Amino acid sequence: MANNGNGMNGAPIFEVARMSFSYNNQLALRDINFTVHAGERIAILGANGSGKSTLLKILDALYFPTSGVVCAFGEPLTEQALQDEARAFAFRRRVGLVFQDPEVQLFSPTVWDEVTFAPLHLGLPRAEVIERSEWAMDLLGITKLRDRAPHRLSGGEKKKVALASVLSLRPDVWLLDEPTASLDPRSQSRLLDFIGELSKEGKTIITATNDLDIVEEIADRVVMFCEEHEITGEGAPHEVLSDYDRLVECNLIHEHRHRHDGTEHVHHHLHPAVHEHQHEEQTSKRPT
Amino acid sequence: MSSAKLTPSFFEKTLGGLTGTLEQTLFAEEIARQDGLLQSLDPRAKLIGALALLIAISASHNLIVIAALYLLTLPIANRSRVPMGFYLKRVWVFMPFFTGVVALPALFNVFTPGRPLLTLIDLASPRVYLAITLPGVITAAFLLLRVGASVSIAVLLILTTRWATLLKALRVLHVPQAFVLILGMTYRYIYVLLHAANNMFLARKSRVVGRVSSAEERRWLAASMGTLFAKSYELSDQVYLAMQSRGFRGEALVMDALVWRGADWVWLCAFVVVAAAAVLIGH
Repeated sequence: MANNGNGMNGAPIFEVARMSFSYNNQLALRDINFTVHAGERIAILGANGSGKSTLLKILDALYFPTSGVVCAFGEPLTEQALQDEARAFAFRRRVGLVFQDPEVQLFSPTVWDEVTFAPLHLGLPRAEVIERSEWAMDLLGITKLRDRAPHRLSGGEKKKVALASVLSLRPDVWLLDEPTASLDPRSQSRLLDFIGELSKEGKTIITATNDLDIVEEIADRVVMFCEEHEITGEGAPHEVLSDYDRLVECNLIHEHRHRHDGTEHVHHHLHPAVHEHQHEEQTSKRPT
Repeated sequence: MSSAKLTPSFFEKTLGGLTGTLEQTLFAEEIARQDGLLQSLDPRAKLIGALALLIAISASHNLIVIAALYLLTLPIANRSRVPMGFYLKRVWVFMPFFTGVVALPALFNVFTPGRPLLTLIDLASPRVYLAITLPGVITAAFLLLRVGASVSIAVLLILTTRWATLLKALRVLHVPQAFVLILGMTYRYIYVLLHAANNMFLARKSRVVGRVSSAEERRWLAASMGTLFAKSYELSDQVYLAMQSRGFRGEALVMDALVWRGADWVWLCAFVVVAAAAVLIGH
């Protein structure tokens, strides 16, 4: 197992310095600075529209910064650099992005075409494409879906196919965009197990999410984004999750007013369990 | 409050009908999954055979030959477990609305002069003469039968072949990869966009009570078409990024795993021989 707990001892995978990005003249990311090391598990935490998904697309070299520098594996990640086919192939073989919406990611006529797409297009020999794709489908338990059309699958199945379509590439770095969004509890739990397995294999995992319930399971380090598209802080999950003022400021927890036994209370709501708490005293309080 | 029953609007019925028909015929692929004659053949054999028969129908100048080719599809459809009523309706119920409209003028002496079969108007002064002519009937019959037979063969091919394998057959037959890729993705995303359109309609319906004027319906329809276009544009952008992320650089590659058997040769030869005979006899 290559994961070193905080992962900070691994070689730098991504180095982002003074990076800003605008899309259609709208600022999407402002002055981003952070480094990702090999084997790290990082959660990018932020409200909807804070720029998490955009950051993942920049790390996957789908968008390029308006200003600042992004380096991947020690070399600048620029549009010009990826014009070189060998360099582009090498990068894409090492980094895989799972999109939030499986409808976007599953564009092929069958599940088999979908899973073989990446290794085939990245120039692997056909025998290896078959071997990797069968392995990925077997690992995720979707072999029986092989000839099915992706758009006819359930939400959980679509997510598994989306993961398999990246898994067949066996990338070192996984970029996951809201992986648990719209999944039922069982599928969510299996997905978290899957992420855990990847981590045990020493993969670098960067997950964009606003689901605070999963943060401690998927990350050793949390990078927080505010609604102004900036990083407002980072730290270990327990530190970040106990900083309620910052969580409220970033629109990740909310103050909720309700009545119990004829008395009105105001609470910060973080986890579902907080909604089921017992009241010891009849004043505003923070979750315990 | 009025107790008048609200009937579904034209748009509602059209959208619902379109989604239902596409889901039933294109996406469900129920018939293509059956164990029948055409389903057992390699899609390449079916595709080449269908193309040969379509060329024969276009090249033949004999009504009986074209009718015979059409009649030949009926036992094949039957052995491929295509419900006969469904198969006949798919072709002949909609034909009058499309081809019939085009064929109608050809019946009359104005467009196709010749021996009159039925005189409709015959005035001396001013001189007005309108009649259905024999050459007109023959021309219209040719058009209807040609289109009917061609559509029947195409329907049979689509109903008995899974879309993914049909695309593979097109690739193997050297249809440009970009064309096949676009065709495949169009099919894939029509489904998504139709559902989006349906959901937009339901979301509106849940907030509208009573009758809505036609003008208001048209305004809403125009606005939703705009919204849907914007959505499809955004979707295409994201799909392209997803393709790039997994190595797409403009050239689409596929893993083809079609298996050609002896029976495919036999049926392909049969289709081609029938087509050639039809051309020779009907010429």
